[in-house]
Amino acid sequence: MKIDVFKVAKLANIPLTKEETNLGKQLEETLSYIENLGEVKTENVEPTSQVTGLENVVREDKPTPSLSQKEALQNSRSTINGFFKVDAILEQ
Amino acid sequence: MNLNKLSVGKAKEGLKKRAFSSLDITKDCIEQIEKNKDKINSFVTICENQALEDAKKADRLISNDQDLPLLGIPIAIKDNFSTLEIKTTASSKILENYIPPFDSTVVRKLKDAGAIIIGKTNMDAWAHGSSTETSDFGPTRNPWNTNYLPGGSSGGSAAAVAANEAIAAIGSETAGSIRQPASWCGVVGLKPTYGRVSRYGVIAMASSLDSPGPITKTVEDSALILKVLAGKDEMDATSSPLPVGEYSKGINTDIKNLRIGISDSYFNGVEPEIAEIVKKAIKKLEKLGAKIEDIKLFDPKYAIDVYTIIQRSEVSSNLARYDGIRFGNERNLFGQEAKRRIMLGTYALSSGYYDQYYNKAQKVRTVIIEDFKKAFESVDVIIGPTSPTLALPIGSTKNKSMFGEIADMLVEPSSIAGLCGINIPVGFSKSDLPIGMQIIGPQFAEELVLRVAHTFEQETINENWRKKEPRL
Repeated sequence: MKIDVFKVAKLANIPLTKEETNLGKQLEETLSYIENLGEVKTENVEPTSQVTGLENVVREDKPTPSLSQKEALQNSRSTINGFFKVDAILEQ
Repeated sequence: MNLNKLSVGKAKEGLKKRAFSSLDITKDCIEQIEKNKDKINSFVTICENQALEDAKKADRLISNDQDLPLLGIPIAIKDNFSTLEIKTTASSKILENYIPPFDSTVVRKLKDAGAIIIGKTNMDAWAHGSSTETSDFGPTRNPWNTNYLPGGSSGGSAAAVAANEAIAAIGSETAGSIRQPASWCGVVGLKPTYGRVSRYGVIAMASSLDSPGPITKTVEDSALILKVLAGKDEMDATSSPLPVGEYSKGINTDIKNLRIGISDSYFNGVEPEIAEIVKKAIKKLEKLGAKIEDIKLFDPKYAIDVYTIIQRSEVSSNLARYDGIRFGNERNLFGQEAKRRIMLGTYALSSGYYDQYYNKAQKVRTVIIEDFKKAFESVDVIIGPTSPTLALPIGSTKNKSMFGEIADMLVEPSSIAGLCGINIPVGFSKSDLPIGMQIIGPQFAEELVLRVAHTFEQETINENWRKKEPRL
């Protein structure tokens, strides 16, 4: 099965170099390896998304200590006036 | 003084008797780390100055008769655990300068228990691997033979314990990442039940699977550290509210009439030398009174498919946060393995393919869970080899599209089901590489699994192979 590597890379927001376009072949290899999953009968089987059985885990709606603004910003390469600076996404 | 060779148990004894100080132990560990930095490369960051300061503080507390579970004991931490003001990289170039403003819960608990953080250990970048060869900072080498890999992704932690660079270490397992490097490095590695130990502050790989756990020299040490780490955490909604066991107390109980399940499917494709030594170990357990029963477990080969899809899908979601805006470098710096995994996950979750891959994998996950439930109706624990192969040579993972997932076939089923499992060393190959055996138990049966492991360890404590040391 042929994978559109560029489409997947765009969805995943991963820049690909020219050399990396052969990643498509490796992805196809992986997909063909896991093909045999189809052999397992799963009619009437419910999917499991997590194994704890826990539901609706909530806490009291009380504010508790968290990061200061300074701490939250300290690892960013680009901040301005206490904000993270990002590329423009809207045009004027 | 070679105090770095001590176990947690022996170190605590000596500290209590004032035979030596925490500073003495810490200095010996740091010396061993510096000596083997280039030979093994187990650490990304060595916290020499801080560790020496913390050791002096610990010694003051010890002299005031303070008693904390890990007071003064140097522990190595896998570099995917957030450590306040200590670089945390997940061995990735994207986080190579990231300094967390908070501690992960595991690290906070270790600090509260008086432990000394000696350094952050090397791993497969983002925990994507079973070799530590895909670290962005160079591979870690197996202390038993530095031409070989230590396994992964907690390879740095396993190597640090095997090479006596730390008294114990912390790792994390998504499917094999504690048990397999423990097997390849000849040390004890415990994967607790999913939800037993908080994931808060652990750089996420697959959120429905990640399980932090201890890597140690003895089973007794493993039980001690598990008690420190386990427990419900407000910051991790998937952490279990079940009470934490008294793990150290239960391990000395005998295993008479314990039912041990062995499945042929877990010996298929295993190197004959490994199968032979593991079967000999199981016979020893039988001599001690356990009952061995043949069971038929679901073929582990399907677990490879389930795990590949679920893990890579969850990875693609978790790694979306590395946008280079709030922290870290830009996404073009993801290594090959990370790119492979993110893209496969994205594909498996995308429109038109979700049912065929992700949904199907989740259904087979249910099949695997039910299969174990059924098995545990007739046996108490399941035992088999941890890894189908011995440690592999440096270079073995190059250009393999799914090295890790195939290598971890024997540990993936129990991880998928969220069970607990421990690797213990059971001997060496003719080529002087460690052989490991895994003991798997139902969810929250850590006490049982530790008990079986401890029984084997004590029964074989004077055997010759235990006298071997890595030639470094």
